Amino acid sequence: MARAVTTQHKTIATVAAWIVALLIFFPILYTIITSFKSEQEAIQGFSIIPSGTFESYSEVQAQSGYFKFFFNSVLLSVGSTILALLVAIPAAWSMAFSPTKRTKDILMWMLSTKMMPAVAVLFPIYLIFRDTGLLDSRIGLMIMLMLINLPIVVWMLYTYFREIPGEILEAARMDGASLWNEIVYVLTPMAVPGIASTMLLNIILAWNEAFWTIRLTTTEAAPLTAFISSFSSPQGLFWAKLSAASTLAIAPILIMGWFSQKQLVRGLTFGAVK
Amino acid sequence: MATQQTRSLARFMMAPSVVLLFVWMIVPLVITIWFSFQQYNPLNPIRDGFVGFSNYALFYSNPAFLQSILNTLTLVVSVLLITVIGGILLALLIDQPMWGQGIVRILVISPFFVMPPVAALVWKNMIMHPQYGVFADIARFFGAQPIDWFGQHPMLAIIIIVAWQWLPFATLILLTALQSLDGEQKEAAEMDGAGFVSRFIYLTLPHMSRAITVVILIQTIFLLSVYAEILVTTNGGPGYASTNLPFLVYQKALLEFKIGQASAGGVIAVILANIVAFFAMRAVGKNLDK
Repeated sequence: MARAVTTQHKTIATVAAWIVALLIFFPILYTIITSFKSEQEAIQGFSIIPSGTFESYSEVQAQSGYFKFFFNSVLLSVGSTILALLVAIPAAWSMAFSPTKRTKDILMWMLSTKMMPAVAVLFPIYLIFRDTGLLDSRIGLMIMLMLINLPIVVWMLYTYFREIPGEILEAARMDGASLWNEIVYVLTPMAVPGIASTMLLNIILAWNEAFWTIRLTTTEAAPLTAFISSFSSPQGLFWAKLSAASTLAIAPILIMGWFSQKQLVRGLTFGAVK
Repeated sequence: MATQQTRSLARFMMAPSVVLLFVWMIVPLVITIWFSFQQYNPLNPIRDGFVGFSNYALFYSNPAFLQSILNTLTLVVSVLLITVIGGILLALLIDQPMWGQGIVRILVISPFFVMPPVAALVWKNMIMHPQYGVFADIARFFGAQPIDWFGQHPMLAIIIIVAWQWLPFATLILLTALQSLDGEQKEAAEMDGAGFVSRFIYLTLPHMSRAITVVILIQTIFLLSVYAEILVTTNGGPGYASTNLPFLVYQKALLEFKIGQASAGGVIAVILANIVAFFAMRAVGKNLDK
């Protein structure tokens, strides 16, 4: 007997799921709606139909130079991800294809570094950054974000690389392929999807990182996380502008996130749930 | 067929990651431990020097310390309860046949991609604001007095915000696990007359147990170090009502410049995280073998 799904059952499930989903999505939706209101409208009680003005967007840019922060966010998340990949790909490659007795221990140890609370090393890092002139520098923050996400990047790449059949490499070796050729012509094409997924998830994580990016920057290297946090201090009527800034800050990553649901599950559960 | 050559090559390829992570973990940690036994104030360096365990004693005798540990645990446990139970229910709901399942998934997962400062500010100003927030509008609609969330129930407010951020994650992971459940098994159970409840308890729940473990562990790591959400909403207040351990350490270090005490707090945070990590590593390690 095929599982007969009654239309009634389906209708109830649809209605219930849509209500819950819209409730969960509501704060984001309302932010987007409010960003198209004027400041006056934004505080005039609940309404879901904005007048459709773009003035908040242009004001955010005019008053605070929004795109500098946006540019920093792009630079930091993409830059730190590329750095992390450069360091992690060889490590994951060797762990996946020439595992030793200690490979598992090393992987576990790498993961354990992720558990160190950031605050525990806040002051030493602050000192090191200050004394080396890295405070509020893009390159310093890039290194920081790279280190934070390195364990996840290695792990994710490892779980992807492990699925590439080793026999193919052996066959290539038999045919006399040098190590370099093996990497460039055999391994890379098979590894690209895994690397792309890892990259996607890591950009999302780096974009949203909100401890070091806030604490180690002031103006020059400050990304969107720091910029948005600066909205918390002034009390006043700025909701339309706050909404516009927020919408711009989350839109790119939201869209990327929608496409990376599967990678997200895999990456953040270290391959335990697929 | 690992030869000596490939083995040393493997070591060479692993070296950058291992060295970087080792330095990144050990150097700052050693400095923190060192500072935790020092009196050190960058603004007033006269009385600097070794002070034994007095930083720990000071941190411990600070009433904010116990409060912050309590707040940290309250936040972690409450958010875990909400997200795991809510996540299971949501996953079960979304797993039902329906129209527009893809869009429902996208809507539900979205909060996870919102950066913490944005999430906190949106909730603070547009949803929970006692005058202009949506909750206040709703309260007034029913003729009730709007609640001053961050003044009266700061911890509850932060729990709601953080739970909103993590519920999507739990739902997505649990839904993925749920969808990998063998349809034939479900059918067989149904044919044997198992109702929805017993199917859930004896079939679905055991199948999801690994995913649930992973959700709890991963979230615990992140929930132990919630920071931006507190910074932009309550700033730890009123008083210390919503200060968690990371936030207290941050205040001591970068606002009061009591580096010794902050470092002692940092060491305590590390110990706390290690207790959690011990269990986390064991569970994840088991999954690695599969």
